[in-house]
Amino acid sequence: MKQDIALQLINVGRSFGATAAVRGISIDIAKGEVISLVGHSGCGKSTLLRIISGVETIDSGRVLLDGHEVDGGCFVEPEMRGVGFVFQDYALFPHLSVRDNILFGLKRHSRAEALANAEDVIRRVGIEHLLERFPHTLSGGEQQRVALARALAPRPGIVLMDEPFSNLDQGLRGQVRTETLSLLKSLNTTVIMVTHDPQEALSTGDRVVLMRSGEIVQVGSGYDLYDRPANAYAADFFCVSNKIPGICRGDRIETPIGNFLRSGEANEGGATTVHIRPQAIAISLDRGEITARVKERVFHGETEHILLAVDGLETPLKAVALDRLPKGAEVVKVSIDSERVLSF
Amino acid sequence: MPASKSVAGPSVVSHAGRAGKNWLVLSAIAALIVVLPVAGLALEALKGSTGLWAHLFSSILPIALRDTVILLVGVGLLTAVLGTTTAWLVTAYDFPGRRLLEWALLLPLAVPTYIIAYAYLDILHPIGSVQGSIRWVLGYESPRQFRLPDIRSMTGCILLLGFVLYPYVYIPTRAMFLTQSGNLVDAARTLGISRRAVFWRVALPLARPAVAVGIALALMETLNDVGAAEFLGVRTMTVSIYTTWITRTDLPGASQIALALLLIVVALVAVERWARRKQRYATDARRSRGLKPQKVSPVNGMLLLFMGSVPILLGFVAPALYLTTEAWKRYQFAGLSPRLLNEAISTITIATLATVVTISLGLVVAYATRLRPGKTSATLLRLSTVGYAAPGTVVAIGVLIVLAGFDRFIDRTALDWFGVSTGLLFMGSGAAVVYALTVRFLAISAGGIEAGLSRIPMSLDHASRTLGQSPSGTFRHVHLPLSKAAISAAALLVFVDCIKELPATLLLRPLNVETFATHLYGEAARGTYEEASIAALAIVAISVLPVILLSRVGTAGRSVAADT
Repeated sequence: MKQDIALQLINVGRSFGATAAVRGISIDIAKGEVISLVGHSGCGKSTLLRIISGVETIDSGRVLLDGHEVDGGCFVEPEMRGVGFVFQDYALFPHLSVRDNILFGLKRHSRAEALANAEDVIRRVGIEHLLERFPHTLSGGEQQRVALARALAPRPGIVLMDEPFSNLDQGLRGQVRTETLSLLKSLNTTVIMVTHDPQEALSTGDRVVLMRSGEIVQVGSGYDLYDRPANAYAADFFCVSNKIPGICRGDRIETPIGNFLRSGEANEGGATTVHIRPQAIAISLDRGEITARVKERVFHGETEHILLAVDGLETPLKAVALDRLPKGAEVVKVSIDSERVLSF
Repeated sequence: MPASKSVAGPSVVSHAGRAGKNWLVLSAIAALIVVLPVAGLALEALKGSTGLWAHLFSSILPIALRDTVILLVGVGLLTAVLGTTTAWLVTAYDFPGRRLLEWALLLPLAVPTYIIAYAYLDILHPIGSVQGSIRWVLGYESPRQFRLPDIRSMTGCILLLGFVLYPYVYIPTRAMFLTQSGNLVDAARTLGISRRAVFWRVALPLARPAVAVGIALALMETLNDVGAAEFLGVRTMTVSIYTTWITRTDLPGASQIALALLLIVVALVAVERWARRKQRYATDARRSRGLKPQKVSPVNGMLLLFMGSVPILLGFVAPALYLTTEAWKRYQFAGLSPRLLNEAISTITIATLATVVTISLGLVVAYATRLRPGKTSATLLRLSTVGYAAPGTVVAIGVLIVLAGFDRFIDRTALDWFGVSTGLLFMGSGAAVVYALTVRFLAISAGGIEAGLSRIPMSLDHASRTLGQSPSGTFRHVHLPLSKAAISAAALLVFVDCIKELPATLLLRPLNVETFATHLYGEAARGTYEEASIAALAIVAISVLPVILLSRVGTAGRSVAADT
């Protein structure tokens, strides 16, 4: 066992009745690594967090924390695992003050050590002014910070966060996220954060784990997952793309709007699909090989979403333009960045 | 009665913790304690009667069955009519005194069936003041010339039970009217149906499941009653069990009637369960705004107030006034006898012990279902609550069979090993009464506590566990402080029910121990009216407490309904 692995999941599976919540999950997570676990609701990401914390058991496979088996051949109760958990609803104890909430997990420490630990985490999170308050009097952002402080106080080896920012206002979310993650980084804590928001997943985490129907679809850096998605699902998860029908010819795919390099399996002469992200389509009045007609323009401020009708294509192409097209432009030229065309 | 509703969390949430196993084992023990008497009863009944089986079938059972069925039908109809009309009255119309009426309609719940029978036997005595005044008004001179129909009859019994048991229908029906009917009544009125017709065409059909639940509960109480029926000369099955056991000392025979009675109970429980499912479906179907009461003219308002007051006057005010004056007269005459004080002590001791046991087991059963949700714990919860519908006499026989067996076993073992006879360890000590009360009221405790726990989000459990607390530590530091109110309410309900309980206490109390309830029974059975009024008043006064609690829950329900 390597020293620097914080968590190891080996072929982990868990079913509820006939449905498999997670299956065949294997991954190693290094110490100090920040992982964002992303997927649509019901994909098993929250179940996986509960399995790691021990409030859920597994049917098959093994779970190792810090090199010690905690589920599989044996079972270590959640209270013995040293795992911090920040819940989606924060789960602050309503009958305890902020201070007592933070001290709740420090029962095993000596009184002096508990107070020192608590004081340290309170200062780091910046909630000195809230200590005597009760959870129901706190704003969403304050509750989030208290929940974080409470989870960090016992100095857990790994912190699990279940949609920790989803209950915050849009404006506050980005700021709280940045603060939280820089704090966790400074403590060199191993973090697994669950989210359903693709943007949040890409922007946080050393690695992104994409899940679907209880299985891992792809693991890698945000760039990996966005630029080199493992399959159509992964491609569409982060950005909905134009799907253009084509036919395999050698190492290329022929489509009505050009031939592109094939990156998926060979299927000589067979029908296939290429995926073109809206951002890979450049629109101008004069430069480009394809002629298209503007069907619809939706203005978003920084960008403009444009629907383009192209001869030979049944569905119009979606494109995102950074530069503004002149008002009333009807016929435009389109060029496609073939480097960014995906096929599977 | 248990209104245990489990809040539907995410259906996939399943708690792992193998440490919860101890709780599951404890829960299984609790369930076993409750189920054992029923099993014992069945075994005893199978033994066959001591030659009296034929007699039982030919003479006792037919009459008992007939009287029971007539009583059930009568009480069912009366409670249905009283419960639904009063519920509609206070939800559909706005008149001065409505708010008062709303909770005062619950008051008859505080009068146990045997106490209302006891009170009215004296109030309506042919040579009592009520009948005397009627004769004076009508110009008759002696009871021989004119008297009201005898209250000691089936009709009298139905009327009296109906007037104290209708709140069982009133409560769920009113709740249904409050939470459900608003939009639908408005819709019906825009479709051209008059406000009065709405009751028949919309509100009542919608409330049918609630009415069914209420009637089922009222009928369970009817079957449980042993005092009223006996005082009024109605030979129900419950009374037959009692006499077969006590006067004929035929335990197998009594067990057989008890088993037959249990079949009726099972049918009632099935009706109640079915109706509850329907009710849940009806209330879950649509989040709806409550019914807005209609203002009525002052004259009509007075009329409605009077109509709504009748059940309260007959079911609570009259007997309570009677008991107060009689108790006062007795107190002026003789003060409080030491006997009565002794009874107070034994009543409270038995009720306290039973409450402690019942709440402890309720905590175990309810927490086990939370720790390890699933088929096993749900089955255990259900098993541990089967006693709520079983009449006290039935439970008493079952408990007697189980504990007598234990006593014999322990006595024999002690004799074999140590040469000492332990005698009747359980039966002699009052443990039997506590046991029977636990079996009967565990449902209230477990149901109330489970409802309280279900309001605590599961994530608090998980937070506590990941912060280093064991399941038991989580229970102490999180669940207990957060469900204090629910536990106290359950404890109060159980305590009061234990004080009111008559049949099981009557059958199982140790020799020479009397409680308020058994004292009252004794005097009423002998036809002597001495200190019982004081005992009865004490029972009614204590029983008002949960009614107040219930009315507060009721108004909370209203404000919630008003918010949505």
